[in-house]
Amino acid sequence: MGFNAPDNPSDVTQGLAKFGYLASEGLSSSIFLSLSLQRPLFLEGDPGVGKTEVAKTLAKWTGGDLIRLQCYEGLDASQALYEWDYTKQLLHLRAAEATGRASEVSEQGLEDEIYQERFLVKRPLLKAISYSPQESPVLLIDEIDRADDEFEAFLLELLSEFSVTIPEIGTFSAEVPPIVVITSNRTRDVHDALKRRCLYHWVEHPDFDREVMIIRSRVPDVSEEFAVQIAAAVEQVRTLDLYKAPGVAESIDWTVALGRLGSITLDEETVLSTIGTLVKYREDQIRLLDHGIKGLVEKALARAG
Amino acid sequence: MPVSLSEKTTEVPERLTVGFISLLRSLEVNVPIGSAIVFQQALGKVGVGKRENVYWAGRTTLIVDPEDIPIYEYAFQVFWEGLIGLPEEDLLSHRAMTLVTDDGSTGEEDISEQSEDGREVINLRYSPSEILREKDFAQYTSEELSEAYELMKKMGLLGGLRQSRRKIASKRKSPHPDLRRTIRSSLRTDGEPVRQQFFETGDRQRRVVFLLDVSGSMESYSRALLRFVQAAVVGRRQVEVFTLGTRLTRITRELSSRNLDRAVTASSNAVQDWSGGTQLGETLRKFNNEWGQRGIARGSTVVILSDGWDRGDTSVMSEQMHRLKKVSHQIIWVNPLKASPGYEPLAQGMAAALPYIDRFLEGHSLNSLSDLAQALSE
Repeated sequence: MGFNAPDNPSDVTQGLAKFGYLASEGLSSSIFLSLSLQRPLFLEGDPGVGKTEVAKTLAKWTGGDLIRLQCYEGLDASQALYEWDYTKQLLHLRAAEATGRASEVSEQGLEDEIYQERFLVKRPLLKAISYSPQESPVLLIDEIDRADDEFEAFLLELLSEFSVTIPEIGTFSAEVPPIVVITSNRTRDVHDALKRRCLYHWVEHPDFDREVMIIRSRVPDVSEEFAVQIAAAVEQVRTLDLYKAPGVAESIDWTVALGRLGSITLDEETVLSTIGTLVKYREDQIRLLDHGIKGLVEKALARAG
Repeated sequence: MPVSLSEKTTEVPERLTVGFISLLRSLEVNVPIGSAIVFQQALGKVGVGKRENVYWAGRTTLIVDPEDIPIYEYAFQVFWEGLIGLPEEDLLSHRAMTLVTDDGSTGEEDISEQSEDGREVINLRYSPSEILREKDFAQYTSEELSEAYELMKKMGLLGGLRQSRRKIASKRKSPHPDLRRTIRSSLRTDGEPVRQQFFETGDRQRRVVFLLDVSGSMESYSRALLRFVQAAVVGRRQVEVFTLGTRLTRITRELSSRNLDRAVTASSNAVQDWSGGTQLGETLRKFNNEWGQRGIARGSTVVILSDGWDRGDTSVMSEQMHRLKKVSHQIIWVNPLKASPGYEPLAQGMAAALPYIDRFLEGHSLNSLSDLAQALSE
């Protein structure tokens, strides 16, 4: 299906919903503005609230490729932007040497030969700006808070120009800036300048009703009643003051796990055997067991009526 | 001036944008002109007819910090919906008060009450550092404190180093071949890679996380220590500061102003539980859950400035210290009471925490703080 640029935030909500992502009103507005103002979208929030999923769904909706750059400390231009294919270059030089051509051509000539686009390995950022405007991709820069300051500064430059200069070849620029989604878990503060370059949205945990809807749209074979039970149980677990409270991602994983075991309603035994998909620290599991699985299930069943 | 939603569409949008932004700025939200322009553009896209659109256009373009969201919400109600009520104390007290800074009343008075006579002050002018260096902060007068702050500023913190993953070109042979430069240099020898090139990994400063106890029992020290911590925040990168009391407050941002008085006033105002009770274990749990385990404490040097009084359950304290120990590089505990003659770590929280501590230091005087600075740079 073709992609038509949205006219308003509710177009975004509908567009994403077709691909199973239920965005809140605020998120839809931010995405709408990011698309229409052609500015990167900076999503921050707790782990598991669905930040990365936004980029994936945007790619499906727009029909563009998803290009993902996972950040880590020490990430540099050779991993993020481009690198030369050294093996190929070496082979080429060897061949020139073996045929005796190397001594005939000047140093400059040899240089020109090995610094051509065919020896270039494009990394995600360069890839993202090399597309034609018709098939504009979605660039996901994931967990920027894991990268270091140097990379932030570098990214700031790229995001303002959407062009890259490779000294040996020339400048690559995007005719149309790609859709850019940057995510952060806020393990540290990303520099204000970078956030200001983008549109900023703090992604909240969904409320109860939305969570039920999300579970149902991500795991279609689950019944409404079962989804309500699951959301009710997760909601209780979140109040237990755990090391890491389960996010929506965990609710979905848990639902899938329960489905695989053939459950159609919550019961103590299956909750026990799937507890690892919901709560991922041993100490948290113990706390949950101390709280009592029986009570948890009973309350969840009651909520579903 | 509040504007109702119906009037608004007929007004000149620029005037509204500018008015709204100056309201935000008066509430201490930093809005650069660039963001204001984007906000204007965003309003152009979504129109001003619908409340939700205006709300989100503003929030997504003007706010870049989740801590500012409640302030934004208040400003939005005041400006766009004409709801002028009294601002909630909780929300605005610390932001609004930073406008009236530099009145010098950041709490030194509490401390000066404990000093006995004025004579020492006169002596200080001749050789301030000698006398000040060993003196207990609790005995300081306010003049002495400000001289001490000057000395703290000079102390300078060189953080400990750890290996970075960022690569830099190396002149020496190393285990990491640099193919890019090898090929580049081989061009000079007809494509024969005669000289292999290398890169090496450099060093980075290790992050330091300060957890400052601001409960009542620490009163004579916490404000002085706050100055020390402020010097650290301004002096080097990779520092995070939280206060522990009945609640956990992150004050890194407030402390990062170079103007010392302003920074200290802003952070004092942000902390709402100065001299409150002590829930050390519980607040540590909060720190671990929300910040520590997620990344801020990982591989960091954690400095806890506290006397270790905890009214809570000691098992909570030891559980949380254990968690912190597992993710951090080292834990330094600075306890001003340690300097007292015959001190034994009898405070329950302190006793529970001891097994997890790498270094146990005093923090009552300038000299002991320079020991801390020394420990941090190792």
